[in-house]
Amino acid sequence: MKAFRTFTSRLVLLPIDDVDTDQIIPARYLTTLEREGLGEYLFADWRYAPDGSPNPEFVLNRPEAEGAGIFVAGGNFGCGSSREHAVWALMDWGVRAVVATSFADIFHRNALKNGLLPVELEAGVHAELIRAALEDPRAELTIDLPTQTIILPGGHKGDFPIEPFDKRCLLEGIDPLGYLLSFSAEISAYEKRHERP
Amino acid sequence: MNAPRTMLSKIWDAHVVAQEPGCPSILYVDLHLIHEVTSPQAFARLRERGLDVRQPAKTVATMDHSVPTDGQGLGSIEAKAAAQLQRLEDNCRDFGIRLHAIGSPTQGIVHVIAPELGLTQPGMTIVCGDSHTSTHGAFGALAFGIGTSEVEHVLATQCLLQAKPDSYEVRIEGGLPQGVTAKDIILGLIAEIGVDGGEGHVFEYTGSTIRALDMEARMTICNMSIEAGARAGMIAPDDTTFEYLAGREHAPKAEGWERALDAWRRLPSDERAGHDRSITLNASRLKPMITYGTNPGMAFPVTEAIPDPGEIRDPVQRAALAKALGYMGLQPGQRLLGQKIDVVFIGSCTNGRISDLRLAAGLMRGRKVAPGVRVLVVPGSQLVMRQAEVEGLDRIFRDAGAEWRQPGCSMCIAMNGDQLRPGQYAVSTSNRNFEGRQGKGGRTFLASPLTAAAAAVTGEITDVRRMLN
Repeated sequence: MKAFRTFTSRLVLLPIDDVDTDQIIPARYLTTLEREGLGEYLFADWRYAPDGSPNPEFVLNRPEAEGAGIFVAGGNFGCGSSREHAVWALMDWGVRAVVATSFADIFHRNALKNGLLPVELEAGVHAELIRAALEDPRAELTIDLPTQTIILPGGHKGDFPIEPFDKRCLLEGIDPLGYLLSFSAEISAYEKRHERP
Repeated sequence: MNAPRTMLSKIWDAHVVAQEPGCPSILYVDLHLIHEVTSPQAFARLRERGLDVRQPAKTVATMDHSVPTDGQGLGSIEAKAAAQLQRLEDNCRDFGIRLHAIGSPTQGIVHVIAPELGLTQPGMTIVCGDSHTSTHGAFGALAFGIGTSEVEHVLATQCLLQAKPDSYEVRIEGGLPQGVTAKDIILGLIAEIGVDGGEGHVFEYTGSTIRALDMEARMTICNMSIEAGARAGMIAPDDTTFEYLAGREHAPKAEGWERALDAWRRLPSDERAGHDRSITLNASRLKPMITYGTNPGMAFPVTEAIPDPGEIRDPVQRAALAKALGYMGLQPGQRLLGQKIDVVFIGSCTNGRISDLRLAAGLMRGRKVAPGVRVLVVPGSQLVMRQAEVEGLDRIFRDAGAEWRQPGCSMCIAMNGDQLRPGQYAVSTSNRNFEGRQGKGGRTFLASPLTAAAAAVTGEITDVRRMLN
């Protein structure tokens, strides 16, 4: 998993609430055996017209989205299905962090497991970011994980929460499976205590 | 432990293997359910790392999401879906995991087969790479959905890293009026608290209405806890639970049964245990519910009129409702009663069990499906299907002109060819009405099996209470 430390990038702006994972990646793409290559299906049914041509109105097809690495959504982002493919699609497209006022629980955990940083902003800061991005679609945001701060276009700062354990995993680029495996003896002891006679 | 504890705390405390300061708990998983869509990448990583499945005996697999329901077996299936099913078969064989494959007499939707086989039991921690894992909470288990990376963690260690959620008591009192079902209760709750109302919490459903429900109705309610943003939903076990479980294939037997009963009876929340949040609903005021928008929270009693975005002050919410109505082709002020529909889907892990089929069949007996309407009835499992056939329900559906299909997730997620065409309206007993969920451009109205059956015979959204004597 790629480590996350400090990241500055332009923004992909989708300031609506309750964006569900069926929109992020429709179910017909879930027959894959891989984690890679899902970026082309990201928001497929919003991104492409029924005839398959790009919908020019959708944010991913706008010129300023090219090379943007921070996705800005509303509240309850990633609700619905547990499909981790939603995270893989976002990352394959090029997103390294998602900014929202709140995240759906399973999506939030899936994001952290892949090194996609969920940045939860308080409503006022979030609104300021949206305003700045609407004014200048090429505006940049800086996310600094060690200090848990963001620097908005214009220079104002905001902060975001993250659990210390998750932060460590992201800073070091490590998969928590290693941590779990290190408890093998404790797991065996637990299983022995709970064995059915 | 002397302090009063909620059921959530009792189960949580009993499953913590270890916890270091400042780190999430390491939570043991009693039962890991898997299916073809969310497991391949997990097994692939396991193999890459040279790891084994720690507890194959605590892992159970089924084929459900992509399986055809037309009785043609895997012959008609699309190549990638076939490859995914084959991969599940290979993984289960190589790692010694019991698989309820297509062709097996016990195959079906994962959240239907585990309870009916007695795998789901009170006090357990149960996980699956599927958000409707909350279903199993109906038995007083702590059951929740996980992503594919977490599936890998559980395969390798039988544990998960988890932070303990807060507890939210949902108390439901009052008698259910005629024509109103468990599905209407949960749609009513989500409409009340919103699709993120339960975020960070596990619901505990309590109250006389809940106590009066049978296990399948309890499963319907717990199933859709996720749609309110909750981590899980639980109902304390009682005699209804124990009677359901007694004698099932994997339920404890003999002295094991008595020991289990003893432990299970100590699970319900202590009387003085506090929850972090609570709400009380009056079931006697409920009406048959239906969704009108593009998430499960956009729902109302079937008799009401579509809300007007113009009357919503918050610009984000106003835009969201306008977008949803645009997608659904509905007008503010329009009454949904009488709205013509094209398809009815009766099935899914929410309402695909025998009691759901009985409700629908009871309404459709002696009646015909409305002209131009396609009705799919998809039993949740092979066992449900055979029971329905013993009871003659299949004949009722066929005589009415509905399609009696083989078990699978089918049109709930539309991964197997059972899907809506763009613009088609469906009344569905499933759990999600997101844009395109049941087929690109498809328009879903979520409802109970009774409301769905009523729409099947009238061809339009109907107040089922008018059809009951």
